[in-house]
Amino acid sequence: MSDDTVDVGRRRFLTGSTALVGGTGAAVAIWPFIASMSPSARARTAGAPIEVDIGQMEWGQKIDLIWRKQPIWIIRRTPEMVAALEVEASYLRDPHSEQEQQPEFARNSHRSLNPEFLVLVGICTHLGCNPTYRPDAAPEDLGPEWQGGFFCACHGSRFDLSGRVYDHVPANANLRVPPYRFVSDTRILIGEMPEDAPA
Amino acid sequence: MKSLFEGLIGWIDARFPLMQLWNDHLAKYYAPKNFNFWYFFGSLALLVLIIQIVTGIFLTMHYKPDAELAFASLEYIRRDVPLGWLIQYMHSTGASFFFIVVYLHMFRGIMYGSFKAPRELIWLLGMFLYMTLMAEAFMGYLLPWGNMSYWGAQVIVNLFSTIPWVGPDIAIWLRGDFAISDATLTRFFALHVSAIPLALLALVALHIMALHEVGSNNPDGIEIKEHKDADGKPLDGVPFHPYYTVKDIWGSVAFLFLFALVVFFAPEMGGYFLEPDNFTPANPLLTPEHIVPVWYFTPFYSVLRAIPDPQFGALAMLLSILVLFFLPWIDRNPVRSVRYRSLLYKINLGVFVVTFAALGYLGFNPPTPLYSELALRFSEWYFLFFIALWFFSRPRRNMERLLTLVVVLGLISLYDVVRVEPGHGMLVFLGWLMPAVFVAVMVFGSGIEKLGRDLPVPDRLTG
Repeated sequence: MSDDTVDVGRRRFLTGSTALVGGTGAAVAIWPFIASMSPSARARTAGAPIEVDIGQMEWGQKIDLIWRKQPIWIIRRTPEMVAALEVEASYLRDPHSEQEQQPEFARNSHRSLNPEFLVLVGICTHLGCNPTYRPDAAPEDLGPEWQGGFFCACHGSRFDLSGRVYDHVPANANLRVPPYRFVSDTRILIGEMPEDAPA
Repeated sequence: MKSLFEGLIGWIDARFPLMQLWNDHLAKYYAPKNFNFWYFFGSLALLVLIIQIVTGIFLTMHYKPDAELAFASLEYIRRDVPLGWLIQYMHSTGASFFFIVVYLHMFRGIMYGSFKAPRELIWLLGMFLYMTLMAEAFMGYLLPWGNMSYWGAQVIVNLFSTIPWVGPDIAIWLRGDFAISDATLTRFFALHVSAIPLALLALVALHIMALHEVGSNNPDGIEIKEHKDADGKPLDGVPFHPYYTVKDIWGSVAFLFLFALVVFFAPEMGGYFLEPDNFTPANPLLTPEHIVPVWYFTPFYSVLRAIPDPQFGALAMLLSILVLFFLPWIDRNPVRSVRYRSLLYKINLGVFVVTFAALGYLGFNPPTPLYSELALRFSEWYFLFFIALWFFSRPRRNMERLLTLVVVLGLISLYDVVRVEPGHGMLVFLGWLMPAVFVAVMVFGSGIEKLGRDLPVPDRLTG
């Protein structure tokens, strides 16, 4: 092979392989920038579990907490409220909590560890608004069918007193139940599963 | 003897193509001689962009991108910074005027067929500009850290979590936290003041380069390059400078007059330009009673809400924007301008204008059952506009008419049958008449000479 001929195949291979290696390098160089946008160590630490005293709660009372900057509700339900939840309501979309919106332990009519205490993430499953707590039965603005629950004023979604969504409303899933466990009879730890629960 | 000025130009020209740029884009860029009112909005969009960049730079000098300080720094700008209120209102009013101008500019493009060959790339670049502008406006709206800023961002970022499988992780990544927070505010600030404006400027340059390569369309939709004089200049063209630079200066002055009226007398525009809820600080635990985006997003927000399912609603909204990208390949009719299109086309275009305005109105109001039904029907009309455009691309045979009627009305009716609830039958049926009448008029009308036939296109510009 003399100096004045061009080996086109060799040149094409070298150009192609250089482009491939260089291109891969350039593509991988995007990674630190993408990674830097994920939650920082500080944001993740701020998302650690929180412990709450529920010993002083009244019947029907709702307390609002913030965990991971999300509103967390704890509601102390009366035995009548819990009993009403067991009646199979035709207007619910997912009465048996079949969608993955809760830990396994909350897949029941009261969607909780202890029926007396309901723990929910207070974010509407439609587009993230903050539903209002409406325990009153059959109020004027919500109609005679209303048995108490949560109403989202943004787009009109309705949920019952265990956060189960009504059918034919914008939201199509039950309100989420966060992981939590009872540290004692009067203290709840939000953000951690019960010790006996499967991981 | 050359003057000092000519000498300087000559010195630069030997080193940089100054006169060439001036001639290519202004002094010897030939534009059709019949530009009308609708041709103001391209240059006005550029003017608003400059207003936004200049006012934005000066706002950045006083604004604090920090969740603890942002809201107070806005009040500080409005109250304590000398004439800060003026700069801030110019920026917020500029955002709304930007969209007014851009919507009119886009409508011009649709009306006169400016997106058709050989101008498809101008249209596509314009659509990318429009989407970039939406991102710019959306991120800018978070910065005041008012309660509507906060919840608006919450709703829009949550749209990403409707993506199957990876959605929730993408939403966390976009926010940089488990909820909208300081991390979100600072990244939106970075994107709003640097990355996206750079992209906007680059796209504007590409948009204008593509335009000046093929030349401007005009209200007649006729190619002026097909009739040239002995020097190769279009017979129906005039140099952009001084003819249209003077016209655009006139337009700019008229525009600035209206702009100043709003800035000084109605910067909040009755809650449409600046929403009342945004004058209270962001509160993650208190949702405003009705979360509404600013007016320029409400038509698409209506489409989102028209379908009561997060995934399909978001998909419909995405489609309602994406479909615009494909306009050059949907409307294949060789006649460009509305002036020489059929009566049915004109009706279709008029209905589209009404539809867009109605969707905007409905998106701004709470979704009562009647309004939800109307939002769905107007969303159907929105998409039917494009189907009608496709249908009018060429003369149709009776078989095609029948098929279109059956398929389109069949799909709409099927969805109604699936979703109808006891007690709402009458509302759904009355609503159903809206798309049904529209489709029937378009399909059957296309067979009637007076309604469906396009007009002969003249050879030269008409005036």
